[in-house]
Amino acid sequence: MWSRTIKNVCTVCSIRTVNFSNLANKKVCIVGSGPAGFYTAQHLIKNGPALEIDMFEKLPVPFGLVRYGVAPDHPDVKNVINTFTSIAKSGRLQFIGNVTIGKDVTLNDLRSAYDVVVLAYGAAQDRWLGIPGENLDNVVSARKFVGWYNGLPEESNLKFNLDVETAVIIGQGNVALDIARILLTPIDLLKKTDIAQHALEALSRSKIKNVKIVGRRGPLQVAFTIKELREMIKLPENCYRIHIDNREYIEACLPKTSRPRKRITELMLQSVNLKQSEKKDPSKEWELIFNRNPIEIIKNPNENKVEGLMVGINRLTGNDWENPKIEDTGLRETIPCGMILKSIGYKSLPLSDELPFDHAKGIIRQTEGRVEGMQGVFCSGWVASGPVGVIASTMQSGHDVGKRIIDDLKNGIVGTGTKKPGRDAILSQLTARGVEPVTFVEWEALDNEERERGKFQKKPREKIVDVREMIDIAKKGQS
Amino acid sequence: MAAARFTPCCVQNNKFYVRRFTLSPAVRSGEYEWQDPKSDDEVVNITFIDKEGKLRPVRGKVGDNVLYLAHRYGIELEGACEASLACSTCHVYVQEKYYDKLSEAKEEEEDMLDMAPGLKPNSRLGCQIILSHELEGMVLKLPTITRNFYVDGHVPQPH
Repeated sequence: MWSRTIKNVCTVCSIRTVNFSNLANKKVCIVGSGPAGFYTAQHLIKNGPALEIDMFEKLPVPFGLVRYGVAPDHPDVKNVINTFTSIAKSGRLQFIGNVTIGKDVTLNDLRSAYDVVVLAYGAAQDRWLGIPGENLDNVVSARKFVGWYNGLPEESNLKFNLDVETAVIIGQGNVALDIARILLTPIDLLKKTDIAQHALEALSRSKIKNVKIVGRRGPLQVAFTIKELREMIKLPENCYRIHIDNREYIEACLPKTSRPRKRITELMLQSVNLKQSEKKDPSKEWELIFNRNPIEIIKNPNENKVEGLMVGINRLTGNDWENPKIEDTGLRETIPCGMILKSIGYKSLPLSDELPFDHAKGIIRQTEGRVEGMQGVFCSGWVASGPVGVIASTMQSGHDVGKRIIDDLKNGIVGTGTKKPGRDAILSQLTARGVEPVTFVEWEALDNEERERGKFQKKPREKIVDVREMIDIAKKGQS
Repeated sequence: MAAARFTPCCVQNNKFYVRRFTLSPAVRSGEYEWQDPKSDDEVVNITFIDKEGKLRPVRGKVGDNVLYLAHRYGIELEGACEASLACSTCHVYVQEKYYDKLSEAKEEEEDMLDMAPGLKPNSRLGCQIILSHELEGMVLKLPTITRNFYVDGHVPQPH
């Protein structure tokens, strides 16, 4: 393990003999410590040997959605934490946790202190359906639900009613399937993951037996990927129904589709016909329901709770299977359910009023990662692109933005002004405001504590969900 | 030394002490790739074409995992999930004439390739390619940094 860490560091830092004076002692800060932040940092470290790089994070803990988004039963995806850890420990990057940009420090403060500011703070806001009933009890956004089972501090106290039989998930992306899987996976399997303890306890009492995953469009337009679908099909103790009613049309489209689309569609078509009697005692069931547009969430007449989801039945028309026209047939039906999870995407928020922002798309206005009209400010990952793509696409985005930063520094487009004070200016500001920044070494103390606590439960870790407790443990580990 | 022969190498107190050799390198660790070839017989020369289009010849050996071999020589092949088939960040394009010589991709690898930006018919994951003599001279191309449509605000349609 140790030797691997060393090697990773070597890979990250195999410094080329570049000595561009424009890069010397230039100060860069990155806002956000998820994949977008770390992959941007990785490129900067490798190609800008003299840059001083700081990374700010709102929470006392690093890694963003790798820690709080990736499903607990996908531990292999989290291996990327090893790479990020070696970047953080390379001596070239200073992690500064527990600092909220926009509150403790402003964007303008950062711009005065650093030559380059990279915004990589992701998309942490919900999209709304804009239909009646969205405020009812047990109508939950996917983001909150994912944060809840992953131990995100701000969502850890959420209460749901899992004492219902049917849950409807609106949306057909990977987050929708993650949620369905977490709701339906046998509890003995979840126990072995790093799922938050409060979620494990609640799920162990869950009565949910049926999960309906509802989309506006058809099987050819699903946004989830094949690995996640295959996991659903293989889910123990579960049977499933995939409601495909226009098989001939879909089969006719297949030759025109790309390889990934073809493979996932074929898997759906094959699975429809699969005999499920081989599954031992399926006590639970999930369904994929297509061409349904949410119209209204139906309220129980007596209580403020959900009774069903009224949907309009869509017809997809046009020759372009990738972007079909969605036509409302006027037909309506109500899907009875006791819980609704909205998984229709995330958006970002501007962390400053001055930031040029596309509110409709929920992303920063930018061109190739350069924030419009803001010299020296860049953005990377989901805050720039919207919440699409897997870690490989965020990696590419991070590297691309890193490259543009280096280019702009070398070409004297940014970083030409007076010498910047860097982190010292920010840290003294934080001290004055009573903010306690958490370093990477302090996070490692917290990390150890979480792993220790996990051992008692035979889990990889038990996440601490209280920010105060996190800080106390992090600081104590150092004393 | 007679390597990897599963024969008793000595007899002591009427017990056979069997010397065991691991024939297959530990796929996940990457330790093996840091060992130099013990003899010329083991050597497998391959060439990477990196993201800037530069040729990067590498002297590997039989049994080397391409991902970890790339790490050893500072070639920017990522490998975020550490060869556990949970990502597609070690995506490479395999020179056509060698593509068919590789062992067939597992279903999990095919599934991950489906998520790789810039998927082509000769795409493979570097972490699933193990060097053999047959692969002597192979050229692997890393996906190039392109104008990334994820960054310029264009929202890609699902494949």
